[in-house]
Amino acid sequence: MTVIDTRGPDSGKPRVPLIYNPKVRGIAFQVLLCALIAFLVWEAVSNAADNLARAKVAAGFDFWNHTAGFDISQTLIEYSTASTYGRAFWVGLLNTLLVAGLGIVFATILGFIVGIARLSTNWLVSKVASVYVELIRNLPLLLQLLFWYNAVLKALPEMRDSLVIPGGGFLNNRGLFLPQPTFHHQALATLIAIGLGVALAIAFVVWAKRRQIRTGRQSPVFTVAMFFVVVLPGAVFALTGFPVEFMFPEKGRFNIRGGIEVLPEFMALLFGLVVYTAAFIAEVVRAGILSVSKGQTEAAYSLGLRPRPTLRLVIIPQAMRVIIPPLTNQYLNLTKNSSLAVAVGYPDLVQVFAGTVLNQTGQAVEVIVITMAVYLIISLVTSFLMNLYNRRVMLVER
Amino acid sequence: MTRVLIGIALAAALGATASVASAQTLNTVKQRGNLNCGANGTLPGFGLPDAQGRWTGLDVDYCKAIAAAIFNDPNKVKFVPLTARDRFTALQSGDVDVLARNTTWTSSRDTSLGLNFTAINYFDGQGFLVRKALKVNSALELNDAAVCVQQGTTTELNLADYFRANKMKLKTVTFATSDEAVKAYDAGRCDAYTTDASGLAGERLRLANSNDHIMLPEIISKEPLGPVVRHGDDQWFDIAKWAHYAMVTAEELGITRANVDDHMKSENPDVKRLLGTEGKHGEALGLTNDWAVRIIKHVGNYGESFERNVGQGSNLKIARGLNGLWTKGGLQYAPPLR
Amino acid sequence: MSDIATMTDANLAFVQRAPIAPMRPPLTEAGAIGWLRKNLFSSLFNVVLTLLCALLVVWIVPPMVKFLIVDAVWDGATRIDCLPSPQRPEVGACWAFVIERLGFFTYGFYPFEERWRVDLFFALLAVGIVWLAWLNAPARGLAAINFFVVVPILSYILLLGWPAIGLPRVETTQWGGVLVTIVVAWVGIVVSLPLGILLALGRRSRLPAVRLFSVIFIEFVRGVPLITVLFMASVMLPLFVPDTWSPDKLLRALVGVALFASAYMAEVVRAGLQAMPKGQYEAAMAVGLSYWQMMRLIILPQALKITIPNIVNSYVALFKDTTLVFIVGIFDFLRAIEAARIDPQWATPVTSTTGYAFAAIFYFICCYAMSRYARYVEARLAAGDRR
Repeated sequence: MTVIDTRGPDSGKPRVPLIYNPKVRGIAFQVLLCALIAFLVWEAVSNAADNLARAKVAAGFDFWNHTAGFDISQTLIEYSTASTYGRAFWVGLLNTLLVAGLGIVFATILGFIVGIARLSTNWLVSKVASVYVELIRNLPLLLQLLFWYNAVLKALPEMRDSLVIPGGGFLNNRGLFLPQPTFHHQALATLIAIGLGVALAIAFVVWAKRRQIRTGRQSPVFTVAMFFVVVLPGAVFALTGFPVEFMFPEKGRFNIRGGIEVLPEFMALLFGLVVYTAAFIAEVVRAGILSVSKGQTEAAYSLGLRPRPTLRLVIIPQAMRVIIPPLTNQYLNLTKNSSLAVAVGYPDLVQVFAGTVLNQTGQAVEVIVITMAVYLIISLVTSFLMNLYNRRVMLVER
Repeated sequence: MTRVLIGIALAAALGATASVASAQTLNTVKQRGNLNCGANGTLPGFGLPDAQGRWTGLDVDYCKAIAAAIFNDPNKVKFVPLTARDRFTALQSGDVDVLARNTTWTSSRDTSLGLNFTAINYFDGQGFLVRKALKVNSALELNDAAVCVQQGTTTELNLADYFRANKMKLKTVTFATSDEAVKAYDAGRCDAYTTDASGLAGERLRLANSNDHIMLPEIISKEPLGPVVRHGDDQWFDIAKWAHYAMVTAEELGITRANVDDHMKSENPDVKRLLGTEGKHGEALGLTNDWAVRIIKHVGNYGESFERNVGQGSNLKIARGLNGLWTKGGLQYAPPLR
Repeated sequence: MSDIATMTDANLAFVQRAPIAPMRPPLTEAGAIGWLRKNLFSSLFNVVLTLLCALLVVWIVPPMVKFLIVDAVWDGATRIDCLPSPQRPEVGACWAFVIERLGFFTYGFYPFEERWRVDLFFALLAVGIVWLAWLNAPARGLAAINFFVVVPILSYILLLGWPAIGLPRVETTQWGGVLVTIVVAWVGIVVSLPLGILLALGRRSRLPAVRLFSVIFIEFVRGVPLITVLFMASVMLPLFVPDTWSPDKLLRALVGVALFASAYMAEVVRAGLQAMPKGQYEAAMAVGLSYWQMMRLIILPQALKITIPNIVNSYVALFKDTTLVFIVGIFDFLRAIEAARIDPQWATPVTSTTGYAFAAIFYFICCYAMSRYARYVEARLAAGDRR
């Protein structure tokens, strides 16, 4: 394929030095470009100001503190119809972060499993994994979400025939209802114990590594760390007399009251995002593992490393260098794709803020700008962290 | 890159010069040769295209009336289907000349959104649709119920207000379009679906088994629905108002599509003023004096339009009720045409 | 062999006169069983995995076949035909519904008597694509011009109409279904490649202002979800232009999709440019080519060649993303399916699933064909490099 571009005089002979001087031309070109873009921006802004003024639409961010007056089906922080639009924004943002965060965790797990399965020597396993990846990657996410939402609503029973989950939960087409734990203040001790345990575990790992480098002697790192992180807080929890109480959901006339409620919209969105992104992560993982040449494994074996340390110390670190950048991209894609929540009625940032708030206030420019800024910040921060990580990995290589 | 930008800049510059030439909506519409009308697109009785793209509905008739008044041709309308969410921006940005999309008249919309509500072409109120099997007889029994609602509507706000006022707990499930909300209700996601009562009558027919569902008696809000225009063009505002009032006046005077020609010879001064055989009321609006004749000939009077779209002539079978003429116990009342 | 036979005594009993037929490999190592052992049951872990996968397949595939084919309803005129009845207790996919609505899914509200124009457009496009994609086709240089210039102009006239030559105007609000999906995808494809190349060149330019603007544009667009770009295009674009110059609703979505796709395309092209050895640039400059000559004649042909697979892959992503115009109220294929599935005329328990299955088949065929093509080109290029 060729691109035809006839712009710019092509003769390179410097007969008229000033015009053909590449530096001068470069500067002139840039000045022109800047002027053009400045003109376009100015035109757009003045038009917008004009149009808005003519339409007498309210402008500015005053709406932020006005009463919202609408209800949101899932709120992680306190919110009522008397709350402000600003509060609604935070509710939406947290809902986005919740679904994106959980989605990333599950998609990573599923993606790594499928990616490794595709490389399996087991014919059936690798074929099933391939079919999964091909099918999911070639279907639009929106279609998948609509399908899952429809399927979730259809597959789950009505309120009256709720499935009872052992331990006091319910599952029906209104959602998943689980007992909600409430902690007494004695639980604070356990919280401190967890913090202490993590700190001790990290300290031990550092010490063990130093000792290994110094003396070559290995320590049971995993066991000791587990002891600090799990057993210690567990013991404290038991000693303070299990200071926790569960609020069990119970059936009301229409719905199930109390407990933790997981909306079917949330389930469908999370499931759809995980299934979709995992297919892409699987490809990333597969490419990463394939990128480590076979010689590496053979060299490790010839040095006397066993298969598991080989995988842990030789293959995975090298594969991760290839995997991490596209993996981060997939995480960002998942976060951005969570905005499709609007199609299944999950109250994420776009649905709550760029949907209801935009409509109630009519301030399209402000609302869209804020929404875009949020996603931009998330993605810029992630790229920044990824670049830091990349630099570290690169240095290790040399 | 620059060439593209130059192209955009040129286009913008051309547009800028064009904008100086005309700021009047009526002139723009006349030059364009058709009216751009923002309509619902999914609501039986108010605005719905069939599979061939032919639009019908009360709001659709209103736009056809304006087109008839301007062009003497009710089909010179381009209907733009709008969701509740994007309707106001469509009007603000000049996408549509008039928004006739069962829109509730509220003070904040009238002021801070930069809109002008012209007249009320349907007096409505918000109701609830529930399954018969629930055995609910009143909206006050809906404590703790899950309610499906469309996003960006006054309905969403009224619902929250009603439950708060009655100290009931509410679980709203919000969808971007009424289609999705109805479908979710039908799938059992919600106990109730709420929207304007007229909408409920139409939506009920779209459910898989419409006889399993009933409307609750409570009407929890006032929903005066009417066409909307932008701030800043008074002439267009007048045309939009009087297109509706002409249809109401015609019904008050008993002028219908069928008998409008006979009335041309009438000696009744009210009739003469409406039909333009006396006075220059059409020209005062920037139209021709036979503007109302055109409306009545092509679209009919308000009562005809009502019966055809939402009344006995339609599937909805909604009684005139509040929308009857003031002389017959309703609220439809046109200021005098003189 | 014959020499040996003549030399040895014919009577010696221990002489093997004919070669022994090779022994068959043990039953457990060859044939189907051997294959099974090697590929499915090589260890306990693998046995467990195989059984789990087999269960998964059995759980999914037969019910799917049963639903889509065995129990499916192929002909019928109304929802009654797709409702469970005593004669047909289990109803599968209601293809009758899809068949009846096929025109609606394909053309939307495009007027009946003008639908031949859409068919002609599809045909033009198909010829254009085949010509461009078939690597051995005659006059392939023209194919690109045809695809990126001629067909767009012809289609524009054909679809929108030109009353002067007897084609009545058809407003974009009447377009719908597959037509809109294809138009959106195709405009994205046609616009994003040149714009993406310019942005990629801009990002690698020596001129700081050019580089800065390119970076800002690319990173900005890639940092936000397509939905917000579409919202911006559909809600804010009309505010940014003079009020009389109100762009068409579909056009706005097209602008949004095209800009979005360009930013991603820019990164794909940039990767190709970066893969070019520095020697290519230096050699081009050494023979005295100007910047644009160098790009046009040396760098871009090579860089684009190696990026073809990635370009096609980003087209696949673009094609899938066209479904999002649904959210800003454009009547694309998915929206047509959604509208039809809630139509009470066809309200049955299987209508929704059937509609989604049909949509899935359509999107899968289009996307899978594109990704297969990308892989084919990749393999062919790899073969070329091996030589």
